[in-house]
Amino acid sequence: MTPLAGYLLVAALVFSIGLAGALTRRNAILVLIGIELMLNAANLNLIAFWRYGPHPELLTGMIFAIFSIAVAAAEAAVGLGLVISIHRHAHTTDLDATNRMKG
Amino acid sequence: MNLIFYLIAALTVAGSLAAMLLKNTVHCALALTVALAGLALLFLNLDAQFAGFAQIMVYIGAVAILVVFAILLTKGSETPKDGVFSRSWPMGLVIAAAVFAVFGWAVLQSVSWLPQATPAPTVTVEEIGNALMGRYVLPLEIVAVLLTLALIGAVIVALHEKEGAE
Repeated sequence: MTPLAGYLLVAALVFSIGLAGALTRRNAILVLIGIELMLNAANLNLIAFWRYGPHPELLTGMIFAIFSIAVAAAEAAVGLGLVISIHRHAHTTDLDATNRMKG
Repeated sequence: MNLIFYLIAALTVAGSLAAMLLKNTVHCALALTVALAGLALLFLNLDAQFAGFAQIMVYIGAVAILVVFAILLTKGSETPKDGVFSRSWPMGLVIAAAVFAVFGWAVLQSVSWLPQATPAPTVTVEEIGNALMGRYVLPLEIVAVLLTLALIGAVIVALHEKEGAE
């Protein structure tokens, strides 16, 4: 097995774990954690393909991963703000109990 | 494929599994930190030093702290009495297993086309800075605007709507 295949398999595993968590957990914050894991797995793919690609000196994959990290940080801030807002209105972060978008 | 890669990969996968399986939400946040540190080590192992240290600063330094604060502000550390998994958890598990099966099949099918080990690229921070200020200056500006908007938006969303209502 080539080194790239090992990294791709680890990224696929982390992505699937994050997807499983995002689909099965009840707590909204844990769903956000699952989404963060999925984003990070995608970043690992980008970096691995950059490292073993034909032109690593062009820096394409690494710059893409750095931008992706910045966008993920913005997503985490807004997502956790939304969770705190939902908790203030509904007094719960249980997604099975949060079934209304208005008041 | 050396021993270091297997160790870091095992740490990363164990951390992400613990983050999704533990009952106490604070423990999940700490396990998430372990998983993110493992991913940063994988980046360093891939000779992407800048991305690895950016990962440590942004995720372990900021996002993990933010998650812990959100958990404490929403009293999320109390374990709910009717379980931590949603009612429809078997369906979610089946979907995730199917996605992993597709990914694993695709990777294993293409192993013979994937490139072999190549010499490590030498990338200095100066080159990354020149690239960010030259070829990638437009995405950099857009990300700057996005981060500012996200900051303002998060504050507005989490702000009290009615002052003095309580």
